[in-house]
Amino acid sequence: MAFSLKTVSFLPSHKLQTSDRFLRFQSPKLVVVAVATKSLKAMASLVAVSPTSSVGLRETLTNLRSQGKVAFIPYITAGDPDLSTTAEALKLLDSCGSDIIELGVPYSDPLADGPVIQAAATRALARGTNFNAVISMLKEVIPQISCPIALFAYFNPILKRGIEKFMVTIKDVGVHGLIVPDVPLEETETLRKEAIKNQIELVLLTTPTTPTDRMKAIVEASEGFVYLVSSVGVTGARSSVSSRVQSLLQEIKEVTTKPVVVGFGISKPEHVKQVAGWGADGVIVGSAMVKILGEAKTPEEGLKGLESFTKSLKDVLLQ
Amino acid sequence: MFLSLQFLGVYAPCSRMNFGENNTSSINPSRLSVNHPLMLRGSAVRSSATSSTVVRTHNSLVIDSPKELERLDHEELNKGVVGVNNYSGKFGKYGGKYVPETLISFLGKLEAEFYSAVRDPEFQEALATALKDYVGRETPLYFAERLTNHYKNENGEGPELYLKREDLNHGGAHKINNSIAQAMLAMRMGRTSIVAATGAGQHGVATAAACAKLALDCTIFMGTQDMQKQPFNVSQMKLLGAQVESVEGSFKDATSEAIRRWVGSLDTSYYLSGTVVGPHPSPSMVREFQSVIGKETRRQAMEKWEGKPDVLVACVGSGSNAMGMFHEFLGDEDVRLIGVEAAGFGLDSGKHSATLARGDVGVYHGTMSYLLQDEEGQILWPHSIGVGLEYPAVGPELSFLKDTKRAEFYSVADQEAVEEYLRLCRLEGIIPAMEASHALAILEKLCPGLPNGAKVVVNVSGRGDKDAEMINDHRRQQETDSDVAESEQRNCRTADIRVDGVNDGQIAKSTDSTAYREQSRRIRRQIAEST
Repeated sequence: MAFSLKTVSFLPSHKLQTSDRFLRFQSPKLVVVAVATKSLKAMASLVAVSPTSSVGLRETLTNLRSQGKVAFIPYITAGDPDLSTTAEALKLLDSCGSDIIELGVPYSDPLADGPVIQAAATRALARGTNFNAVISMLKEVIPQISCPIALFAYFNPILKRGIEKFMVTIKDVGVHGLIVPDVPLEETETLRKEAIKNQIELVLLTTPTTPTDRMKAIVEASEGFVYLVSSVGVTGARSSVSSRVQSLLQEIKEVTTKPVVVGFGISKPEHVKQVAGWGADGVIVGSAMVKILGEAKTPEEGLKGLESFTKSLKDVLLQ
Repeated sequence: MFLSLQFLGVYAPCSRMNFGENNTSSINPSRLSVNHPLMLRGSAVRSSATSSTVVRTHNSLVIDSPKELERLDHEELNKGVVGVNNYSGKFGKYGGKYVPETLISFLGKLEAEFYSAVRDPEFQEALATALKDYVGRETPLYFAERLTNHYKNENGEGPELYLKREDLNHGGAHKINNSIAQAMLAMRMGRTSIVAATGAGQHGVATAAACAKLALDCTIFMGTQDMQKQPFNVSQMKLLGAQVESVEGSFKDATSEAIRRWVGSLDTSYYLSGTVVGPHPSPSMVREFQSVIGKETRRQAMEKWEGKPDVLVACVGSGSNAMGMFHEFLGDEDVRLIGVEAAGFGLDSGKHSATLARGDVGVYHGTMSYLLQDEEGQILWPHSIGVGLEYPAVGPELSFLKDTKRAEFYSVADQEAVEEYLRLCRLEGIIPAMEASHALAILEKLCPGLPNGAKVVVNVSGRGDKDAEMINDHRRQQETDSDVAESEQRNCRTADIRVDGVNDGQIAKSTDSTAYREQSRRIRRQIAEST
C-alpha cells in the first residue's frame, strides 16, 4: 500500500526540508532550488508517485515526531482579502516555518465555522473568488513552497464539481490533503475511495462529543493525521483550551500511531505550548490568522501582522 | 392488504381502521399507543416493529430494524410508493446526515429519544392533550362553497373545493403541531433552552409559545430582512417571552447562526427544527409531528363524503405542511398529491424559490436534496413574496417524491399568489397566509382539468394577517408599475395579471383584460400538456 511505503524513509527528509528552507532564504534562484530538493525528497521517501509529489501530511508529521518536534499548521481562507494576497501569505507562512498549511476554500454556508472564518469566506466570494481561481493560484504557488497544503473544503461545492474531478484537479496542482468538515464518517465512502485513488490524504475529525468506539473507527479511516477538534462548537478563538483535550489525546494515542493534530479555538502562544505539551503532533491555528488578514487596513499590513504572529507561535514550539 | 411503512409502520393504518371500526368516534390517531388494539391489528410488521431494540452501531444510538421490516421497506421502494429507510434517514438517495462530527452523537441521541417517544403511550397522551386543548385541534375541513362556484366552468361543473384550516391553529399556522411536540421531546431529553430559526416568523411564534407553555428558555434567530417584512411576528415572539436575535441577512443566515449557537451549547440546548429539512432525524421527525394534518383529513373526508380526497394541494417552501398533508396518503395511489412552489418573479427571472422545478441535487444544512445553487456549488438565495417559502433547498422526502413522480409539483408567481390571497378574503372571508395563497393559486390552472365533483383539499397552512400590510404595499407598487407601463405602451402585456376591483367590491380576477384571459388559457394548456 502506498501509504505504508511512504512512511518508510531511509533518509531523514526533514533535514532536506530544513536545508531547503535555508537555501530558499539565501538564494535568488528560489524556484530552481525548490524543485531540485523536491526531487531529492521524493527519492528519499522512496515513493516517486509523480514528479509533482513531495512529502505528504503524514510523512511530514512522522518526521517531525521522530525529531521530537510538534508541527505548526496555520489556516487561512483563500481569496481573503484577495487571491494574490493569499499567494503571498502562503509563501510567507511557509518561510516562517509552517510545517503544513491548511487552506480554506470559501463557501457560502460554512456551518462548521465561526463568525471570523464565515466573514472571510463571504468577503472572498464577494470578491469573485471561485474554485478555478484558487486552483490557478495554487498551481503557481505550490512549486514555490516546501510544506504540504491541505484544503479545508465544504462538501456541496465538491459534489457539484464531481468528487472524482475534484480530487484529480487538486492532486494535479500538488495538494496533499483534504478536510471536509461537513461529511461525517458514515458519508465518507465515495470521498475516501476517490481520495485514495488520487493519493490525497483525507483527514477525518474527532471531537469531544465523539464516543470512544466511534473515535476508533474515525482514527482507523483517517489519512494524513487525525484531526482532534478541541472544543464543542464551531471554529473561532477561545480564551482557553479545555483540559479535556489532554485526555482525548491520550485516548487517541492509545489506539493509533497516526499523528494527532489539535485544532479549533487555538489562538495564542500559550495555547500552542499547552497543546504541544499534552502530546499533540501538531497544532492548527485558524481564526486568529484569518482575523489578522481580515482586519488589516491593507494587504501589506495584514501580511506583516501574519508574519509576526506566526513567528510568535512558532517560537513557542522551537523552545 | 395495506402495508404502509409510514414511520416505522406504527401509525399509518390507524386512521383507516378508525373509520372502519368507529365511524362516529373522534379518536385522534396520535392518541393511540402502539399497543392499542387498533395499532396492532392487521399487520405482523407493526408488531415486530414495536419489539425493536435500541442498539449501538458506530457508537451512535440507532434503532435495530427487524429484517422483515427492512424487506418490506425494500418492496415498498420497488413499488415506488414510499422507499424510505427510516433507520438511516434516507429517502432514496436523499436525506442523510451531512453535519460536522461534533453533532453526530447528539443526533444519535435525538433519534433514539424520538423513536422512544413515539412509542411511549404517556408521551403520546400528553401530546394529544396539548394538540387538542392548547393548539386547538382538530382543525376543520371546510367546504369552500363560493370558491367552488368561482372555479366552475360555463356549464356549472367543477371540482368541490375544501380547505384544511391549519390557519385556525393556535399561533395561526401549522407550525405549532411540530413545535409543541419537539419542545416536549427536548424536555424529555433534559434540555432547558431552545434555539430556533424562523423565516416568516410563524415557526418562531409557534416555538416561542410552546416554550412559554413548557417553561423553556427560547432564543429565535431571524434575518434582518425578514424582521423588516414581518414586524408583527417579531413583536409576538417577544411578547411570548422569546429572545429574538437578529442576523444580518435572511432565513438562510438565521438558520446557520442558530445551528452555530446550538453547537456551542449541546449539553443544555436543543435546536428546534421547523421543517422537514436538516440532518436525520429532522425530516422524519417533523413530518411525523405534522402528519396529524393528513390523518385528520382522511378521517374528516370519510365523515363528510365517505371517501378519500381525489386531490391534495399544499404549498412547498421547504415542505413541512406539504409532507404533513401528503404523508398519510402516500400509499393511496388514487389520491393526487400536488405541491406548489413559489415562482417569485417568474422561473426564468432568477428570483424564485422553485427548488424542485429549477434546482439540482446537492447537500445543504445537513441533508441531500434538490437545491438552488450556482455552477460552483455555492448556495443561491431564493425569492418569494411568501417569506415562508424562501428557502434554497427542499425536504429530502419531497425530492424523492418528485423523482418517483408520486407527487406533482407546479409553481405560482408572486402576482398570482397575491390575486388568490385577495380572492379568498373576498369569497370566503378567510385571510390565507401568503404561503398558502400559492397553494390556492394553482386552482386556477388545476380546476378546469378535473372531473365534475372531484374532491380537492387545499391545505391553508396559515393565516395571512401578517401579510396584509405587505399586500397593500405590493398592490400600490403594482398599480404604479402598471400605470407607467400602460402609459408607455397601450397594449402592454404587463396588464395581463393586474389585480383590481377589490375596493369596489369585485373579486380579484380582472375579467376585462383580454391579456389576462389569454395568459390563463396558456397556463391551462401547459398544465394539461404536462399532466
